[in-house]
Amino acid sequence: MTPSRSVVIIDYGMGNLRSIEKAIAAVGGNAMISSDPGVVRGAERLILPGVGAFGDAMDNLRRNGLEEAVKEAAGKGTPLLGLCLGLQLLFCDSEEFGSHRGLGIVPGKVRRFDKPGLHVPHVGWNQVESRWPDPLLSGIPEGSYFYFVHSYFVEPRDDADAIAWTDYGGRFCSVARRGSAWGVQFHPEKSQEMGKRLLYNFLRT
Amino acid sequence: MLARRIIPCLDVRDGRVVKGTHFVHLRDAGDPVECAVRYDAEGADELVFLDITASSDRRNIVTRMVRDVADNIYIPFTVGGGLRSLEDIQAILRAGADKVSLNTAAVETPSLVDEAARYFGSQCIVVAIDARRVQPFSPDDPRWEVTTHGGRRLTRLEAVGWAREVFERGAGEILLTSMDCDGTQQGYDNLLNRMVAESVSIPVIASGGCGTLEHLADAFLVGKASAALAASIFHYGRHTIKEAKGFLRDRGIPVRL
Repeated sequence: MTPSRSVVIIDYGMGNLRSIEKAIAAVGGNAMISSDPGVVRGAERLILPGVGAFGDAMDNLRRNGLEEAVKEAAGKGTPLLGLCLGLQLLFCDSEEFGSHRGLGIVPGKVRRFDKPGLHVPHVGWNQVESRWPDPLLSGIPEGSYFYFVHSYFVEPRDDADAIAWTDYGGRFCSVARRGSAWGVQFHPEKSQEMGKRLLYNFLRT
Repeated sequence: MLARRIIPCLDVRDGRVVKGTHFVHLRDAGDPVECAVRYDAEGADELVFLDITASSDRRNIVTRMVRDVADNIYIPFTVGGGLRSLEDIQAILRAGADKVSLNTAAVETPSLVDEAARYFGSQCIVVAIDARRVQPFSPDDPRWEVTTHGGRRLTRLEAVGWAREVFERGAGEILLTSMDCDGTQQGYDNLLNRMVAESVSIPVIASGGCGTLEHLADAFLVGKASAALAASIFHYGRHTIKEAKGFLRDRGIPVRL
């Protein structure tokens, strides 16, 4: 029997879920979009998408009973992949529009790019350099380009949680991992072949 | 390093790709999904669709096209043309577009930019500015006026100041088209590009006038643009995206190859 490679994409009203679902299908996965905390708790793998503001996203997760469900699933080791804002939500605090509390799955905070002369948002294709081998980045050459669009970036408290860097007016953490929770600051579903490879790898974690 | 972007632009009407010269004479150049898939395969960094459908069933026609495109490509794309409200924007984003571009509606109701940026996030709100040189034009005191309705209406808004205003209102990018250069294939208005790029801290996409690979390089080196939009140069097979990027790389411009 082949493993089912199934993944639940968490729907809390934010993000381009259709593109993610389509990209998962393209790499042989079976994606299901759900806003049901029960489905999230029982999922084999989870994707936490997200586009928009941190505070609104956390409010939506809380309102739908999804905050506890995601934390519980992560706590018992369900592989979880946060995309873009979904990466930032894994962290403890964000300074976006005041201070907000995140899911607290990865210790650290979320900060805004604030270097003078730097365009914000950081938009476009930028390179990802891994710090050490990780199954999520398997088969992806060093310096591969991924599509980014964001104004905030994560700062893990524990340096070992930053598994890849990207340079934008200085290095920032573009891929984080703590246990079975991963997060990427870019959009793999919009990053052509390398993006598909990363999603393929996630289905095999 | 962040790559400079090459963005083919597809003008669409009634779900078909057309391309205008000075926005007046249109030529049918194919199916939007086929064009989009080809550009994705060739290595385009993003795509822009500018819709000029006039039908009363416009929203349905456009959302159907957006859905078909979104189902078939793995690069980001922007849709603009005739979007006037948060509901219009939401329909396009829900159908699978990554960004929307606002033009006339932003000029008529500037607060729409603030609301859209707050509601959907700055990252998906592009403001398109169609600028025309104010005559007599002097490079020592250059001025551009914002036009709307495909260049047919003057607004009395000064373009560099307007760019600064939409940036402050929360736009995530500016798609800057020179109405003097558009359709001429004689090169971008890089004085305009540079003046806008230096007065905002969001990316500027240069548009209008690209006819050669040298023009693309100039948009980055002279115009200080973050991305260059082009249509004819790619549509009729004169150059592929790959050729364009190879040319830029050889001039030391960072591109994704």
